[in-house]
Amino acid sequence: MDVILFFVFAIIAVVCAINVVVQTHPISSAISLVGVMGSLAVLYLLLGAEFLAAAQVIVYAGAIMVLFVFVIMLLNAGTEKKEGKSLVVQLLGVPLLVAFLGIVAFFVQRVFPTTMVHFGGFTGGGVHEIGMALFGPYLLPFEVTSILILIAILGAIVLARKEMD
Amino acid sequence: MGDLTNQQFYFLISVVKVVVVFAVLMTVLAYLQWVERKVIAHIQVRPGPYRVGPHGLLQPLADVIKLVTKEDLIPPHVSKPFYILAPFLAITFSLLSISVIPFGPPIMVAGRETYMQLANVNIGVLFILAVSSMGVYGIALAGWSSNNKYSLLGGLRSCAQMISYELPLSLAIASPLLISNTLDLRKLVDSQNGSILHWNVLHMPFPQIFSFIIFLIAAFAETNRVPFDLPEAENELVAGFHTEYSSMKFASFFMAEYANMITVSCMATLLFLGGWVAPWPAEYGSSFVPVAIFAAAGVIALYHGSQAKLKMDKLTFPAFGVIFLIIAAIFVLPIVQTWLLPLFWFCAKVGAILFAFIWIRGTLPRFRYDQLMGFTWKFLFPVAMLNLLVTGLLVALRP
Repeated sequence: MDVILFFVFAIIAVVCAINVVVQTHPISSAISLVGVMGSLAVLYLLLGAEFLAAAQVIVYAGAIMVLFVFVIMLLNAGTEKKEGKSLVVQLLGVPLLVAFLGIVAFFVQRVFPTTMVHFGGFTGGGVHEIGMALFGPYLLPFEVTSILILIAILGAIVLARKEMD
Repeated sequence: MGDLTNQQFYFLISVVKVVVVFAVLMTVLAYLQWVERKVIAHIQVRPGPYRVGPHGLLQPLADVIKLVTKEDLIPPHVSKPFYILAPFLAITFSLLSISVIPFGPPIMVAGRETYMQLANVNIGVLFILAVSSMGVYGIALAGWSSNNKYSLLGGLRSCAQMISYELPLSLAIASPLLISNTLDLRKLVDSQNGSILHWNVLHMPFPQIFSFIIFLIAAFAETNRVPFDLPEAENELVAGFHTEYSSMKFASFFMAEYANMITVSCMATLLFLGGWVAPWPAEYGSSFVPVAIFAAAGVIALYHGSQAKLKMDKLTFPAFGVIFLIIAAIFVLPIVQTWLLPLFWFCAKVGAILFAFIWIRGTLPRFRYDQLMGFTWKFLFPVAMLNLLVTGLLVALRP
């Protein structure tokens, strides 16, 4: 059952991810990206990381992508024009992609030769465990990240104020 | 029923629960609109729907037939895939969150224990937040795909509004969670067991009265209700994001709005008002409150029936009076009391909040758009933050 669900949502994620690139209209791409986020959340759920799954949907699908859609709607961006591809892209695009995927698969096989995936076997994904981890062993990275985000917010405000003056 | 295995039993009971919850929810959705029209009409001193059935009681049925049989127009200038997708998204996400809401304590069915809840997830609160944060796509896409400036403006407004009010909403939800120390909706109610003083809204160390008010204000904005109904402000935007929709697609948005109202009211009840817990313990007579209420309603209906001027009322008022008296009699039976009483208190609290929704719609005028945004970012968000910090501090200091 878990394996079937994994394959269903993995395929949805990959198809949506390809769709993000293939679609010519920004809104279609953005909605495809929401599909990727949603299916990733289901994959997290299958692995037993329920808090991460909820956070994935709330933060990425529910907040960040809504902002993306909002900005696209606000700018009223139209359909992109397909420009003629250069000869190099036409000739080397597909072989290079296949080669890249092959190399990634090879290294994953080399680095984790015997690691098995246990669906739902991971028990550290609850809210309590994540809270203990964030404020215990990972306190410093957590705080540094929050300061990084604060700097980004301040930078955005500074840029916006310059426009206003 | 003795020869059923556990698995068969749970499958069967789940199917029954899904059917019951769906049927009740759909009926409530239809009749909530009747209640809203009636209440607003009485606030404005007019009778409201009156023609279809006694006191307009069959009006929802007539509305449903009208909406289903109407021609389903798809305007030629719309972006078709998203135009069709949008109402589906809106209704799916608004109905989905009902599935994790518990309506009562565990009950015994055929010798086995089961909850009055469709599915229990131990991150129930986060699940509802996640699902409701996805609901904005329905409105945003409807506005955009209609290819109409009014719809687009409505969609944009609702996007901005829902993102902004989600922050105070989440912060207001976080504070009672600190006190209850769980994300499981059932355990949340268990932690408020006892009397009204144990409900999170009055629970020590820091009564969550402020976060309750913030939650309600943000919930009004999240469900696009008056005074925050700018996405569908009639005098500015025709009908806002659903201007181009007709028939069942329009009905989907309509149902989604009311379903969201119900979800938000259930959330407020579970988080702040103790869910199905009675306001005071049963040994002080709280189990006789529903009996008294229904008996009083029955007596009043009978009295009005005897005084009625209209011919129809002479029949309908006594009929409803007898029905109310029968319900009052059912509440006295000890067999059903174990599950009917919690259900009554849950419905009473949800109903009170839904009434407040309608009441405020009949009372307050609409905000201006800049006021709406300034209110949440400059007032509601800092207050919710402060409330969370104070709650956190007091919970940490709690012995």
